[in-house]
Amino acid sequence: MALLETRNATKRFGGLTAVNDLSFDLEEGAIVSVIGPNGAGKTTFFNCIAGFYQIDEGSITLDGVELHALRPDKIARLGLSRTYQNIRLFGGMTATENVLVGQHQHLAANWMQAVLHTPSQQKEEAEALEEAHRLLDYVGLEGRHDLLAQNLPYGDQRRLEVGRALGTSPKILLLDEPTAGMNPAETHEMTGFIRQLRDDLGITILLIEHEMRVVMDISERITVLDYGERIAEGTTAQIQRNKRVIEAYLGKAASEAVIGEYEPDEDEADQLAAAEEAGAHAPKPGLAPAGDETGELAEKD
Amino acid sequence: MSAGPTTTTASGTLQRDLSAWKQVFIVGLLFGGAALYVTLVGIVGTLAERAVIDDVVTVGELVLLLSAIGAGYVGALRAPAGAVNKIIGSAIAGLMSGAVLSLLILIGPALDLGEYLPNASRDLYDLISGAEILGVKNTAEMWNGEAFPHTFWFPAVIGTSLGALGGLLSLLPRVARNLILLGVGTLTITGLFAGIMRSPMLQHELTSNAARELFASNGLRMPGVFLVLGVVLLVYLVWVLIEPKRRYDELPKETKEHPAVVIPAGAIALLFVLMLPLGFTGFIPSVIALVALYALMGLGLNITLGLAGLLDLGFVAFFAVGAYTVALLSGTSDVSIAALPFFVTIPIATLAAMGFGLLLGLPILGIRGDYLAIVTLGFGEIIAILARSDLLKPLIGGPAGITGIPKPLASIGIEVGAGSWLSGPNQIYYVSLISMAVIAFIAVRLRDSRLGRAWIAIREDEDVAEALGINLVQTKSLAYMLGAAFAGLGGAVFAMLFGSVQPSSININVSILIVVIIIIGGMGSIPGVVLGAIVVIGLPELFREIAPEYRFLLYGIALILVVRWRPEGLMPSRVGRQEMHAGDTPTEGEGPAPPDRPDAESASASSASGGA
Repeated sequence: MALLETRNATKRFGGLTAVNDLSFDLEEGAIVSVIGPNGAGKTTFFNCIAGFYQIDEGSITLDGVELHALRPDKIARLGLSRTYQNIRLFGGMTATENVLVGQHQHLAANWMQAVLHTPSQQKEEAEALEEAHRLLDYVGLEGRHDLLAQNLPYGDQRRLEVGRALGTSPKILLLDEPTAGMNPAETHEMTGFIRQLRDDLGITILLIEHEMRVVMDISERITVLDYGERIAEGTTAQIQRNKRVIEAYLGKAASEAVIGEYEPDEDEADQLAAAEEAGAHAPKPGLAPAGDETGELAEKD
Repeated sequence: MSAGPTTTTASGTLQRDLSAWKQVFIVGLLFGGAALYVTLVGIVGTLAERAVIDDVVTVGELVLLLSAIGAGYVGALRAPAGAVNKIIGSAIAGLMSGAVLSLLILIGPALDLGEYLPNASRDLYDLISGAEILGVKNTAEMWNGEAFPHTFWFPAVIGTSLGALGGLLSLLPRVARNLILLGVGTLTITGLFAGIMRSPMLQHELTSNAARELFASNGLRMPGVFLVLGVVLLVYLVWVLIEPKRRYDELPKETKEHPAVVIPAGAIALLFVLMLPLGFTGFIPSVIALVALYALMGLGLNITLGLAGLLDLGFVAFFAVGAYTVALLSGTSDVSIAALPFFVTIPIATLAAMGFGLLLGLPILGIRGDYLAIVTLGFGEIIAILARSDLLKPLIGGPAGITGIPKPLASIGIEVGAGSWLSGPNQIYYVSLISMAVIAFIAVRLRDSRLGRAWIAIREDEDVAEALGINLVQTKSLAYMLGAAFAGLGGAVFAMLFGSVQPSSININVSILIVVIIIIGGMGSIPGVVLGAIVVIGLPELFREIAPEYRFLLYGIALILVVRWRPEGLMPSRVGRQEMHAGDTPTEGEGPAPPDRPDAESASASSASGGA
């Protein structure tokens, strides 16, 4: 059983179907990207998973627990955390305080204990503070713990958002365009950092990204959405060559031009060969028929 | 500054200068118009009763004088460059402002303005035409409709000279100008409050002679004027030359927070606060008690609105619960059901209000922002209506309310004389102080706790807070309930202060007043709330003495000024200041355009509505 399973999820806003019959699996410990043109429904999909929206049809389960009709705070307590496309930090709080809010569900002191400053509450607060400092250092915000979130430079704000999400000790982290607005150096750092999150902490990562460098560098699988539907899924190599994907991004004429002239370069060819040899990330049955180089979907689930 | 084209040709300069002079004229007319309005509306007439300096100048006259000086000052700012131009400009502006009043004198009696505008009376015409100063007698003959008002030129002449004075003022270096403004302002205020300061001083041997010398019953006497000016000069010199504030700020943190500094300072402050009502007699202790009471409720709302961002406009509902609980449990009306001592009734009232908060809160706390404001407003009105309803009359006394509520000590059988340090109002004051200390303690402890952080997170961005595992309804309920508890406490104390509870005191003004206190004082900041209560409750009560009809005018002006120039409040918390001036500094990150959800509020919108 995959950590996050989506089956035929559909979300409508009046006449607009933002997510259409979407089925999707996220294996534990994987780093998967969701890509697609603007308006494809990627963030809406995230919002459905996180509980901001309720799906109209289908189901989403996390660790076997059905997420439908659960409130966002309940879903958070199941181990899901996220960052946002437009940074949504608590601007008036310091970096440390932001991370402490992230730890909310793991603290137990109630308000009376807080007023009375019971020893257990004080101990818990001290431990939480230490953990917050540790997390802030881990995400690269050394020395800036006491700055107000809104005064941090942009890159640091992105890191803080991740730090705050880490405060919830999540099993699965949804990152919504984590490198938006970053220069190439910062992007490269963030990419390494995301991989580190999975390698060090064992967190499963689901990523929305537009920056193809990041997507191709870090993803083990890529799912492509367009108009709310999944139009392709596969490894980076497969997606790069997928006609429908190129069509979605660049239009029909471009896809014909590109596919016609496409030739894998040396590195690519080696990668492909190595992947097939190792049998790693073999496409799941029913999603991408074996031997298909382009991740083309033969039939819907 | 002129608004003309920025060419440097001769004709360009001329054009710029012409438009500058035009502005000068307009400024003068505007000030004149304002003076005219203020005069005809009656402010000048009423305030003419009130002297700033006894036998020299009254508040009403001061208003007119200041309008001329103001015209000159602003006129000088608008006039073209050059000292001569500025002075001429200020004189012209002053002339125009005075001319408007001269016109009133010329035309008013002829048009029989007095029939439509009752304030346009003979006394008024006498006042603005300077009859008393010029020693013109037989004014009755002047205004019989046929006689020509001989001294109609008076306002124009005064206006011109005062305008020039205003122009001079604008040319002075800022240090000198600030000193003059400070001196005039302090004189005005002390003049207004001279009578109030005089009476208690007359009663004590040590101060009665000084009181007679410095203050008249109405305004300052000349020795008092010199004393005030001398003190202002001294304080100003100390401030400018020694720069105490800067030096204090530059002190290292360890010195500022050292126990040897903090403890004596705290002790002195505590002593001052405890002894405050003892120095006054008459109605002032009641005012102090009322200020403490509202500060208490302000601190309660500070938790609900300042920390959690819940826009609660129905605070008076819980106030009513607290007040009526005390009334029922200790009053002497027919409907009262017990005669319990204050240390029993107050906690019960607080808990009752808290319970009410839970009851009313649970259904509505999913609502956001402005809509929550409307719903809570509705609750306040419902409670107000229920209070005076016939339906509940058998239970709570109907429109007549409940009377005979004893003061705290009286409720346990201790009778206290009016002048003693534990008189009725003073008891209330001390009860309020203790309650305020309790609330402040709770607020400070909670702010640095898991709950406090959750509240602030909800205020900043509710959706993200929820996504981090915070149960919104539970957390908001706690804020709402705590606020309700202290509103109830305030109501309980209120009932004891006035000895009775009437439905007419249960109205929306109470709720709004408390919100205003927090806004003016500084949301989220405890000293700010106390300062807000002093300004919003204390000052109008004191102004009752001076100009009863205009205390709400002054009140409204103060509100507008604070919200415009210092929206974070007079003594804001660190966060408040940051939130209100966030747009001033370029710290916003770039982000792609589409929001996370179609109806998502940006972080600044949600904090703004929380901070409204």
